Amino acid sequence: MKFLELIWAALNIRRVRTAFTLVSIIAAFLLFGLLDSVRSAFAHAGEGIPGADRLITAAKVSFGSPLPQSLQARIQTVPGVVAASYGSAFLGTYQDPKNLVPVEAYEKHYLDLYPEWYIAADHREAFKSTKTGALAGETLAKKYNWKVGDKIPLQSKVQQQSGDTTWTFDLVGIYRIDNPNLKAMEGILYINWDYFDEARVAEKGTVTWYTVKVRDLDQSDPISQAIDALSANSEHETRTQSEAALYAEWGKQLADVGLISGSIMGAVFFTLVLLTGNTMAQAVRERIPELGILRTLGFSRRLIMSLILGESVLMLMAGSVTGLIAATAAVQVLKAKLGPSLPMLPIAADIWLRALAVAAIVGLVVAAIPAARGIRVRIIDAIAGR
Amino acid sequence: MPLTHSEARAAKPIVQMHGVKKIYERGKQKVEVLHAIDLDIPQGAFIALMGPSGSGKTTLLNLIGGLDSPSEGTIRVSGKQIDQLGEDELASWRASSVGFVFQFYNLLPMLSARKNVEIPLLLTKLSAAERKRHALTALELVGLSERAEHHPNELSGGQQQRVAIARAIVSDPKLLVCDEPTGDLDRRSAKEVLSLLQALNASYGKTIVMVTHDPKAAEYAQSVLHLDKGSLVADPPSDAKAEKRA
Ligand SMILES: Nc1ncnc2c1ncn2[C@@H]1O[C@H](COP(=O)(O)OP(=O)(O)OP(=O)(O)O)[C@@H](O)[C@H]1O
Ligand SMILES: [Mg+2]
Repeated sequence: MKFLELIWAALNIRRVRTAFTLVSIIAAFLLFGLLDSVRSAFAHAGEGIPGADRLITAAKVSFGSPLPQSLQARIQTVPGVVAASYGSAFLGTYQDPKNLVPVEAYEKHYLDLYPEWYIAADHREAFKSTKTGALAGETLAKKYNWKVGDKIPLQSKVQQQSGDTTWTFDLVGIYRIDNPNLKAMEGILYINWDYFDEARVAEKGTVTWYTVKVRDLDQSDPISQAIDALSANSEHETRTQSEAALYAEWGKQLADVGLISGSIMGAVFFTLVLLTGNTMAQAVRERIPELGILRTLGFSRRLIMSLILGESVLMLMAGSVTGLIAATAAVQVLKAKLGPSLPMLPIAADIWLRALAVAAIVGLVVAAIPAARGIRVRIIDAIAGR
Repeated sequence: MPLTHSEARAAKPIVQMHGVKKIYERGKQKVEVLHAIDLDIPQGAFIALMGPSGSGKTTLLNLIGGLDSPSEGTIRVSGKQIDQLGEDELASWRASSVGFVFQFYNLLPMLSARKNVEIPLLLTKLSAAERKRHALTALELVGLSERAEHHPNELSGGQQQRVAIARAIVSDPKLLVCDEPTGDLDRRSAKEVLSLLQALNASYGKTIVMVTHDPKAAEYAQSVLHLDKGSLVADPPSDAKAEKRA
């Protein structure tokens, strides 16, 4: 592209301004990359879960409303269901009210449905056989420096028969989740449902959700309907969906990360358009005589237009590529610093594509008006500096 | 029997203007800047165009060079009628047929002398190597080979104007139009530039139309045209007496 030299020269002549503009473009795309990495971490939260032959049955009114424990036996009678287990969840704090620890209480065979959670066989066994036993995710254990054999005292609003507000568990093992999309779930403490239900005062005999393993995932729709039909018109109607679908829904619900990052991006790009638009307008205005000379030498209006648009697009492309490279590095550093549970995905190909498309469009948009104005000037006026 | 070279020149003027008027509109006011100009410029001529400020010299030159179109009348250059051409046609005609030299050189500051000279060649199909070769040849012609990689701000005014001349001739047009090419130069640099134009006229057969205020500069031309208030006049207006070359 022989005209690239002219474009490059035009950018090079106002080096300081180009540098400033470039820095702000880089900053915008760095932010774009980071936000998009968070957004896609949530958007993809439900993807790539091995053993997704599982359905989750929860209360229809809202996830978290209690369901009767007795439903387990009935779910197991639904054709196509291999196994059904359940769990309850509550929130504890460790030492400081700020240190929230999500706790999930599982029925004895619950973890059998999650073969992909890595748990050493002896830890799995110890969990089953220790009533007050608990399993901590690798991330969680690391965070509070818990070791197998430790007693873990947690504060919770969930009342105990004893009247004690402290729930104490014996850490009998560590589990690990290798799927990077689900790494955030390593922050949960697993305990035994039987112990939990026995010790608590309220809502005895209820569970928060059922996990249902099916024989054939293709049959999950009719099976889900059959399960929900069991409780139809009762006081605890259920809603059953695949585990992946549930995670994806949570991803969306989590304060709608997409919307938030979308509006931040909107503000950033609005500013970016103003800034680069101003730079381009100024750049064209200053070069009217120069453009007049090029036209005198035989450059057509269309060619001049393309040169100006090319200049703008090149600037934005360079900025966006640099910004995304910076974002890639930043994600790695943040992950290394704040742990793998940070909900950020590496900058993926689709982020690159989207960013480059945005860069190209912004580049064209901000240059179009100055360029149109620049070539409307008559040659004789342009070279006379009128 | 074929015409001799000089007869051919005389028979076919390179520039033929007939009844050329130029009217500028300033708001609602219309100003006729050129009044029905008839002018033939022979092939191979070196003509100085003189006249008081505002008499329409630049306007006339721009019409000859196809930078602007007349309000009335016809203009033919090398037999091609250019007064009715559209913007794009005119642009590509200019690229191949006319070289321009301006008072303030109008080089692109961020490009080296050679790259400046190469600009018109970007519109041709020449390869990068060929463009470079042509540009260096043109720079050699104006005596600036050793300054090829210098930028305009590293060159004197006279040198910059010679680079501009190299740029004007690099695509080998028959016609050069120069608007006060020495207007910004000291006497010595002006002499160099004028000698260069003279050489291009004499040795390379370039037809040159040069606007100048300077009678000394006009002496380098073969003939002088006088423009006064938009009309060509036989004698110079009294305030700007030009002497004929001895
Ligand atoms: N684009 C334009 N719009 C309106 N009026 C113009 C325009 N260009 C030139 N004029 C007017 O036309 C007249 C002739 O201008 P022109 O530039 O041709 O004069 P000139 O002989 O080259 O003068 P100078 O010696 O000062 O360069 C002047 O009165 C000028 O004000
Ligand atoms: Mg003038």
